[in-house]
Amino acid sequence: MFGYYLDLALRSLKRNPALTALMVVAIGFGVAASMITYSVFRAVSGNPIPDKSAQLFTPQIDSWGPQQSFNGDGEPPQALDYTDAMALMRAHAAKRQTLLYPVQLSVMPGGNRSLPVKAEGYAVYGDFFPMFEVPFRYGNGWNTAQDDSRAPVIILSEEFSQKLFGDTDSVGREINLGGHDYHIVGVTRHWNPVPRFYNLFSSYGFQEPADFYIPFTRALDLRIATAGNNSCRGKLNINGWDGWLRSNCVWISPWVELDSPAEVVRYRNFLQGYAAEQQSSGRFNWAPNVRLRDVTQWLDFMHVVPPESRISLIVSLGFFVICLVNTVGLLLAKFMRRAGEIGVRRALGASRREIYMQFLIEAGTVGFAGGLLGLLLTVVGVSGVGLLFKPQIARLAHVDLSLMALTLAVAIVATVIAAFYPTWRAAHVQPAWHLRSN
Amino acid sequence: MQIQPILAALRHHKAGTVLIALQIALTLAIVCNALFIIHQRVAHLSEPSGIDEANLFVIDSQWAGQSSEKQIDAQMQADLAVLRQLPAVRDATASNSYPLQGGGWDDLITLTPDQVQKTTDATVYFGDEHFLDTLGIKLIAGRNFRADEVEPMSPRVAATPPAVIVTKALADRLYPDGSALGKQFYAMTTTPTTIVGIVQRLQRAEVDTWSREYAYQALIWPRRLDGTFGTKYIVRAKPGELAAAMREAPKALYVQSRLRIIDPKDGVLSFAEVRHRAYDSDRGTAILMGIICAVLLAITGAGIIGLTSFWVGQRRKQIGIRRALGATRRDILRYFQTENLLIAGAGVVVGAIFAVGLNLWMMRQLAMDRMPLLYVLAGVIVLLLLGQGAVFAPARRASRVSPVEATRSV
Repeated sequence: MFGYYLDLALRSLKRNPALTALMVVAIGFGVAASMITYSVFRAVSGNPIPDKSAQLFTPQIDSWGPQQSFNGDGEPPQALDYTDAMALMRAHAAKRQTLLYPVQLSVMPGGNRSLPVKAEGYAVYGDFFPMFEVPFRYGNGWNTAQDDSRAPVIILSEEFSQKLFGDTDSVGREINLGGHDYHIVGVTRHWNPVPRFYNLFSSYGFQEPADFYIPFTRALDLRIATAGNNSCRGKLNINGWDGWLRSNCVWISPWVELDSPAEVVRYRNFLQGYAAEQQSSGRFNWAPNVRLRDVTQWLDFMHVVPPESRISLIVSLGFFVICLVNTVGLLLAKFMRRAGEIGVRRALGASRREIYMQFLIEAGTVGFAGGLLGLLLTVVGVSGVGLLFKPQIARLAHVDLSLMALTLAVAIVATVIAAFYPTWRAAHVQPAWHLRSN
Repeated sequence: MQIQPILAALRHHKAGTVLIALQIALTLAIVCNALFIIHQRVAHLSEPSGIDEANLFVIDSQWAGQSSEKQIDAQMQADLAVLRQLPAVRDATASNSYPLQGGGWDDLITLTPDQVQKTTDATVYFGDEHFLDTLGIKLIAGRNFRADEVEPMSPRVAATPPAVIVTKALADRLYPDGSALGKQFYAMTTTPTTIVGIVQRLQRAEVDTWSREYAYQALIWPRRLDGTFGTKYIVRAKPGELAAAMREAPKALYVQSRLRIIDPKDGVLSFAEVRHRAYDSDRGTAILMGIICAVLLAITGAGIIGLTSFWVGQRRKQIGIRRALGATRRDILRYFQTENLLIAGAGVVVGAIFAVGLNLWMMRQLAMDRMPLLYVLAGVIVLLLLGQGAVFAPARRASRVSPVEATRSV
């Protein structure tokens, strides 16, 4: 029966090519606009670390006070100052914990390079690697003892190791960065969680993979300043590196791993207690104000999804809805024009069910054709998405099998749903009425 | 023209009528919000920066191997001397950032030393006595820096220089009565600084939404910032020699010293490119909204043509009868035009409510601004015209139905 209805559908669609084309074009454009903007939205709103996002938390401590809050909204600063960061590390209230900040160093000429090159990485604690599930190609991360001994070790990214040493295992070699030697202990596999949730304080979250990771303790020993944001309040009295460390400037992103709700409660109490202690010791002049957000909450709080992406998606979906309303109207006109034919079929014994089948298949055919056009437009549109979004974001949008399947499915399902009302009207045609007049 | 018979006829096509009206209403809601977004984005990206963009470019020179701030300072002075001597270069200066860079350094400004809450916020530029000439900024009051005022400064020392040049926007914010010249303010230390010059206009380094309330608020310290990472050289080419200057400058710097990193991809940027990058999401959003508006109007127009054509086909016999009874072609044409006006009229009334509702929702969810009602009015006119334009062809076809149709039985 399906084949027969399909044949009927194709005949009917051929009868008014202009009307059919209009429906197909409307659905094609509607679904393509939605899919292009969705491909971007999907890329920027994805979960960068799905299996652990509920166990990784970033603590915030209000060290500035309510009158100087970040955006005037009473929220604590989005990073920690040195004093609080170190206190959290010493307390060790979580199973795994790390502090981190971005660093930028130069690699001096050597080998086939006649000019220095820039290297961007992070100063982190050894827990960083197991916490964030960083995959290793060669070697391993470093351990807590190496953190404590401020060991001159380094982990390179696969890309950076390749750039400097070619396609060989560089573990065990020495590298000079910014005038200091480091011993390479590991090389990561390609690892670039998007958005880069762990460094949202200093970036929009969409970057190339980091080049290297060095121990936080070593970086401080060498007085390597942050290459990221540094945000201060009030009247500063800073005269050199130590003054800066003692200041209220926030620049360190802390992360802790908490595996159970009980641990989360315990850590929250610990933070609260720490802030209360700071208040009673006179360092804070205000009631404790702390936060403990997990990855998803943090991405949301930091507004990682650009407003442009959200607005575009909403407007595109609105556009698609209008295309569907358009299709409902056209299908209604088309089906009702065939009232006579329906009357004959009903009189000859076709049930309402069969009328439903016939017309929904016809609608499905339109949806399928619209979906194919939509697919074509989506592929073209996604490749031109660089015109519409920032290059760092546009680069993330891509057409994959799931997007293609979604495009077709959305087009067909939406058109069939749009066809329900016109089909219902068609199925309720009174046979006698139409047979009489003809 | 009688409206009564039209309404009576529409009652027979309830569903079709409602669908066209709904489509017009939704189209209106989307189109006027999209037009509003386009207008806002275009207004934002055409804000002037106040500098001589046509002849400017920037070089992001990062240090490699310079270990002390003293070394860095010497290198910067040597670099500036080299740049200023290039034949295609008019002037050059070194700064921590430049207008429209995205990101940058901001200071919280207060009028008294013990004030906790800020008075306002300003972008901080570091510059020497060449800064104003290099950027092509107009000094409207006071004086430029003297060469002997310009000193090196460490990024790890919070020290406020005694003299500062501010933009008119900042001066007016701090001293709204226009008396800013010679007055003092505090920038995150307990030492005051004195306003020695006011420039007409200089855009901030950051033009994102959050900084909108501080637009054009900038200050210039007479300092060379010996940043450990690198510095930004802002170079003004002689008129018409931008391309030559952009070619020569990085070469000359490498000849001066190879211990630097100038990114081959975006280490040297013309100001046109800087502007392009600063506003890329504004431009992109405006383009996307424009495409959606155009396609949407086309589809709605085509939908009206399609449905009206269908109705005309259905009513050929009635039209024939009316013609036979003496209605002119003009009457038939008018009939369909009036019918469309009634449907579109109902659609735009509902659509205006949708449009305002959508705007209110986006204000709440996406921090959009309130849309002036002018946009709704413009959208209403556009859609009514679209309706009339779309209905014209089928209506004319209807008016050509011959009275003979009345006599045909099918």
